[in-house]
Amino acid sequence: MGKTIRVLIAKPGLDGHDRGAKVIARALRDAGMEVIYTGLRLTPEQIVQSAIQEDVDAVALSILSGAHNYLLPRVVELLKEENAYDDILVLGGGVIPEEDIPQLKEKGIAEIFTHGTSTQVTIDFIRNNVKNSVRCS
Amino acid sequence: MDLLNGLLNKEKRAIARMITLVEANDEEALRILSDLYKFSGKAYVIGITGPPGAGKSTLTDKLASNLRKEGKKVGIIAVDPTSPFTGGAILGDRIRMNKLATDPGVFIRSMGARGHLGGISKATHAAVKILDIAGFDYIFIETVGVGQSEIDIVKATDTVVMVMVPGLGDDIQALKAGIMEIADIFAVNKSDRDGADRTKVEIEMMLDFSCTNWRPPVTKVVATYNEGIEELIDNVFEHKNFLISSGTFLEKRILNSEAEIIGLIKDRIIDRIVNDSSNENDVRIYAEQAAKRKIDPYTASVELLVKSMKEVDNSGCKKG
Repeated sequence: MGKTIRVLIAKPGLDGHDRGAKVIARALRDAGMEVIYTGLRLTPEQIVQSAIQEDVDAVALSILSGAHNYLLPRVVELLKEENAYDDILVLGGGVIPEEDIPQLKEKGIAEIFTHGTSTQVTIDFIRNNVKNSVRCS
Repeated sequence: MDLLNGLLNKEKRAIARMITLVEANDEEALRILSDLYKFSGKAYVIGITGPPGAGKSTLTDKLASNLRKEGKKVGIIAVDPTSPFTGGAILGDRIRMNKLATDPGVFIRSMGARGHLGGISKATHAAVKILDIAGFDYIFIETVGVGQSEIDIVKATDTVVMVMVPGLGDDIQALKAGIMEIADIFAVNKSDRDGADRTKVEIEMMLDFSCTNWRPPVTKVVATYNEGIEELIDNVFEHKNFLISSGTFLEKRILNSEAEIIGLIKDRIIDRIVNDSSNENDVRIYAEQAAKRKIDPYTASVELLVKSMKEVDNSGCKKG
């Protein structure tokens, strides 16, 4: 049996709509992953500290407020400050315009899943990209 | 990552990684834990249990916040159920604890029960030790939402707080054996709702029937508004003092260690017989025969056990 993949799902910033985050949480659960669901209105600091304490393989950030260009890179920045970025995959999802995606990826977000993406695509991406080499011994 | 020194230096990433590894039964991590075991035992361990939705997470958050005001370092292990079908889980206890996430004196870890049915997971004991070694003064274990008989928590903690809410049933529910018997302290949460006094009285009446040296206090609280939390913390301190002054503290910890050792022996035997790939077919063959009524399960279990013991005897390396 392989190691269980752990994913932290969080909503950074101030929008209060978590339907999408819940759909993803449920899909990952059904794919056999442990989902740490942290709820609404979190700061990047709270997200990063939670991700470290939970030792997750991925952080999935759902955002619909339009503040993604600040909040998503800020999570990456803080993970780097904590020397945790190399172990944790950062993913984004929600309402994010196509033209913003390239620069978000440049800033260290591994992938952005916009509306309409099949949950299977997200599941497969996580399975294929988690940086878990250090943890399996 | 240097886990041993990281743990001794109380680094959060080392603590977190150690818990991940013990959950995966990693031998190196268990060896480190064996070596450092002598440094554990200083933390006071509190179990928070009760039915789903009773407010265990909110209450744990408030208890931890209040202890932080006194400068105590607090570790929290929050267990939620794992799917028996996929192995997946939604661990949602942190939702109520986000304010503590950035507090350097707090460490919160969510765990899936991973097939364990007693209200906590198999690795919860190890996770407690890891937080203990890392210097946390108080460690809370929040169980999965429990029903009537998930009582493993009592063997993993010093004090058990049972979180009840109004309106869950009549006084006969309170009389039943099982989970109601393991509480050292009762908290009637959401007590701003109708029926809270009645729930308190029903618990008190149930307690009137038992004659133990420690009578569990029943405290009304409203966790969301931080009402009654200080009184509840006083209850915990009183119980701690009772255990120490009555000389039962060590006895309780001996019973806990005994339960843990027996649990580990069971795990090893099961691992040896069921999870060992060389025996996997055997179990399947016996199961097929049992289903066809060609052998009974009692004989099958004895034969499998005897067989695995012989294998241990025959190869020196497996003995240790």
